[in-house]
Amino acid sequence: MDDRSLTTTDCDVVVVGAGPAGTCAAIVLARAGLDVVLLERGPFPGSKNMYGGVVYPRILDELIPSWWEEAPVQRWVTRRSTMVLTPDQALTVDFRSQRWGAPPYNGATAYRPDFDHWLAAHAEAAGAQLVCSTTVTGLLRDAGGRVVGVRTDRPDGDLRTRLVIACDGVNSFLAKEAGLYPPVDAANYTLGVKETLALPKDVIDERFGVRGREGVDIEILGGTGGVNGGGFVYTNLDTVAVGAVLKLPKLAAQRRRPEEIIAGLKSHPAIAPLVEGAEVKEYSAHLIPEAGLSMMPRLAGDGMLVAGDAAAMCLAAGIWLEGVNFAMASGMYAGRAAVEALRAGDLSTAGLAGYERRLSSTFVLRDHRKLRRAPSLVLSDRVQHVYPELITSVVERMFRVDNPAPKPGLRRIVRDETKRLGVRTRDLVRDGIDGLRSFG
Amino acid sequence: MTAHGTPRNHDHAHRWPEISFQDRMDTVRFDVHERAHIVVDGSKCEGCSTQHCVVACPANLFVPTSDGGIVFNYEQCFECGTCYLVCNVEGAITWTYPDGGHGVVFRRT
Repeated sequence: MDDRSLTTTDCDVVVVGAGPAGTCAAIVLARAGLDVVLLERGPFPGSKNMYGGVVYPRILDELIPSWWEEAPVQRWVTRRSTMVLTPDQALTVDFRSQRWGAPPYNGATAYRPDFDHWLAAHAEAAGAQLVCSTTVTGLLRDAGGRVVGVRTDRPDGDLRTRLVIACDGVNSFLAKEAGLYPPVDAANYTLGVKETLALPKDVIDERFGVRGREGVDIEILGGTGGVNGGGFVYTNLDTVAVGAVLKLPKLAAQRRRPEEIIAGLKSHPAIAPLVEGAEVKEYSAHLIPEAGLSMMPRLAGDGMLVAGDAAAMCLAAGIWLEGVNFAMASGMYAGRAAVEALRAGDLSTAGLAGYERRLSSTFVLRDHRKLRRAPSLVLSDRVQHVYPELITSVVERMFRVDNPAPKPGLRRIVRDETKRLGVRTRDLVRDGIDGLRSFG
Repeated sequence: MTAHGTPRNHDHAHRWPEISFQDRMDTVRFDVHERAHIVVDGSKCEGCSTQHCVVACPANLFVPTSDGGIVFNYEQCFECGTCYLVCNVEGAITWTYPDGGHGVVFRRT
């Protein structure tokens, strides 16, 4: 570390990570006239980033009006399916809305290297200095522990600053180094693995029943080979993304390899006809902070804020699976709180309290608080390994014509099947109440 | 490709050949740096009965050896963090990000 006075800084704010969180923070700060350095360890923004495939960009209304006219979107999601699988059954709830195919849209499939790269160009246009191919290796702190900069792997790579915003992703070594994280538990994380499969656009349109830029989002419960998690299928223009989200300790304990689980999904009778004949264009993997509110770090320290996946902002709540929108929003609110704190000249934890206040009054923490029980419920053994078979077997018996036996009533079927599968009524009621508290 | 969605047989698991793991990894771009960003102390792995890294690493970079240890290769790493999170042995995995500009590079269209 050099011996310049602690009052000398290279810039007002260093934002670590040019993903959706860091970039949105940088846009806000640069537009407020502040001197911002946006550091990215990859050769370009988005190069390290991977997700299932759907982004909900409405929060961008506040930063980039008419974002939909320029964002590198693959398809607009107009069909949303939730699928429950057992090895030889599938129950699909399929919703279609043509309204989602026109402004202001709802969800969009997009490739993260495209999307993040596009978004970061807005930070640069606003005046932020984007520095790629630069890995931050640690924090600079003063004697009192206050964060005063970052160390990078460039020669003479120390950057002194008034505020660091850590948007360094799911592993956030910076938030951990700052002592903001509770002890790390592997059970709070899932591994996302995905194959991007090439198919001609007209084949995708035909198989998925869509036209033009319309797209499909299929979320899957079951079909992950006994590993707690879920599956997904998303349409891009001329690729289909198929993948799984797998709870880490269960993945390790079940002795199933991630690529075997994808292969199992692809060969399921309900999925195989959709992806048949497609070639793997890219295989990819990334961790997901899955546990929501219960794993979040403290969001501010002296001289530092944490946003995006680094702050475990991903929402993994079964029927809602969102992350990029939470990252963009938390970055934006971190930027606004930073502008306020810099103008007031107070970058202590207390001076940065405007960040959490903004998150608490908007969807970011309101959704997480409302859905705080959802991640553990969705990944619980009953929801994962018992209820899919319960649901599909009830439906199978409802639709099965067992002549000469008369039709059994629904109550009888449910009673029979819960008994056959050993589901206790009190567990069913408790999970139902948990579900209602979250989703109701 | 045949008619879309028309089942050709009922053996769904064998409708097309699964690609080899190396072919799968060859779809991914890696700009490998000479410095290994993850170092595995194989001697610490010898007493590990679970070897969760072997199962969970999506790039299959952890290979068990006959003497109970682990051989690790950093070059085709997704930098995901799975290995250090599932590892049960203190100090067996030293994990950092690759030097700036190196490592995995997911594709732009």
